[in-house]
Amino acid sequence: MSVLVAKDITMQFGGLTAVDHFNLTLELQELVGLIGPNGAGKTTIFNMLTGVYIPTKGDIILNGESIIKKSTHDIVKLGASRTFQNIRLFKDLSAIQNVKIAYHNDINYNLIQGMLRTKKFWSEEKKAHDECMKLLEIFDMGEYANTLAKNLPYGQQRKLEIARALASEPKVLMLDEPAAGMNPNETTELMETINFIRNKFEITVLLIEHDMKLVMGICERIVVVDYGKTIAEGTPNEIKNNKDVIRAYLGD
Amino acid sequence: MNKNIRRSYIINALAIIALYIVFIVLIQTKIMNNYMVGIAISTCIMIIMALSLNIVAGFLGEMALGHAGFMAIGAYSSAYFTISLIDAGVVLPNLILLILAMIVGGVVAGLFGIIIGAPTLRLRGDYLGIVTIGFSEIIRIFFVNFQPTGGAAGLKGITRLLNFNNIFWITIVIAILIFTLGRSKHGRAIISIREDEIASESAGIPTVRYKVLAFSIAAFFAGIGGALYAHYQAFLEPSKFSFMFSIEMFVIVVLGGLGSLTGSIISAIILTVLPEMLRGFAEYRLLIYSLVLIVMMIFRPQGMLGRSEFSLTKLIDSLILRKNTKNPVDGGEI
Repeated sequence: MSVLVAKDITMQFGGLTAVDHFNLTLELQELVGLIGPNGAGKTTIFNMLTGVYIPTKGDIILNGESIIKKSTHDIVKLGASRTFQNIRLFKDLSAIQNVKIAYHNDINYNLIQGMLRTKKFWSEEKKAHDECMKLLEIFDMGEYANTLAKNLPYGQQRKLEIARALASEPKVLMLDEPAAGMNPNETTELMETINFIRNKFEITVLLIEHDMKLVMGICERIVVVDYGKTIAEGTPNEIKNNKDVIRAYLGD
Repeated sequence: MNKNIRRSYIINALAIIALYIVFIVLIQTKIMNNYMVGIAISTCIMIIMALSLNIVAGFLGEMALGHAGFMAIGAYSSAYFTISLIDAGVVLPNLILLILAMIVGGVVAGLFGIIIGAPTLRLRGDYLGIVTIGFSEIIRIFFVNFQPTGGAAGLKGITRLLNFNNIFWITIVIAILIFTLGRSKHGRAIISIREDEIASESAGIPTVRYKVLAFSIAAFFAGIGGALYAHYQAFLEPSKFSFMFSIEMFVIVVLGGLGSLTGSIISAIILTVLPEMLRGFAEYRLLIYSLVLIVMMIFRPQGMLGRSEFSLTKLIDSLILRKNTKNPVDGGEI
């Protein structure tokens, strides 16, 4: 069964059509890359898939449920979470608190229990703490648990953002340029991490990326968009030799 | 609950009891006269107001300049409640009457918090500031013209229920409740909105709901503060709840450090006691007060404590045990 299906989604800003009848199907545990030149509409597609924008036309189905007009936090609950192109962490909070915030919906106590610190509060908080620590350990970030997010090295901030996105237990993880600003070593490490979490958490990963080494290296399928339209779709090798893709990137 | 937390609970509990004993001894031996006890009670009420405002201004990070309005709602509704209860011939012990008054004041103000918060919290920053000013002015002018609560002449005949004993413990309980709120999952969700609203929404936090929640909890505690004020002063007039009073509370919170509860407590004490101590200087009083604020904002714009909390446990650790307990995050317990 497809995890996420986007059917003919179109996004118009005034007279400008940013995304034009875009189709996308993501299968379980797939690793798909979404590439295209600057301004091709990749981030707009992401924003529609996560409920930030409501498509002008078309429908998006996540786990068999239409998510059009659902708010972002409801879509997260249904199993799609994302990271941002320019890192958006809770800068003045520690790494573990960043993760705990995304773990929010799995912590079960109400406001009164939280304010009076009942037994339930302690057991649920302990559970949350342990789970979030586990998640940080997966990313080798256990030692940074109490470091403020803003004081982390850049590569660690990227990883923390992915860890936070995973804390809400998604079925689809969408990464918006995870390798932006990374050096080749960090990129290689990131490639391994993405592959690893896909297998470990059994999730589908959709990633936008400019770094061709990363995309070609790990994606099983690549979708190329230009001017809001899909111009090619296929395996990395097919994409490499596709005329339309070469034209879109290099011109005629 | 692990060992360290239990230890800091015990240390803080002992410190609170010690503080209480010191005050009681001072009052019993008449070192603290009635005037000074009065200042102590007003300080406690200001602490409650500053702490409740800190939920919106510090945790949620929104500019709320209408806190006096919620206080007015709490004060008037609770006062009206106790007056009509006594008129109806109901006889209750003072403490129970006070608790009922606090509940009425808190709940009514909390409801107004939801009513005002739900439509306006889509606005941000200075826009929200202006809207909250507008609402608190509407509330004040409503009470100026509302005859059942005395109108501009004020509401008289409120029973005086407050003394140092009960206000001390009420303040402690409210401080603890707001502190634990900030460290619960709800508090974390509210703080995440301050840090980055878009990221918070993407982490699965229903941001609008939590904004309204923060706003109404703040209004609830402000209403309790108002109820306490009404049953201490035994007289209410609308002019007390002016825009300047809201600003005064906002200044306390900013000076203490946005998001720092202990900072709010310390700065509420300083800014309530300082003007009283400066009474000897007569007309220079407000000048010195303003000067302190200006100097403070130039040299420490983040407020006295910034976002961190003063922790007695850590102070003891660093003084006696010389342990390095530097933890930049949680700041520990009060």
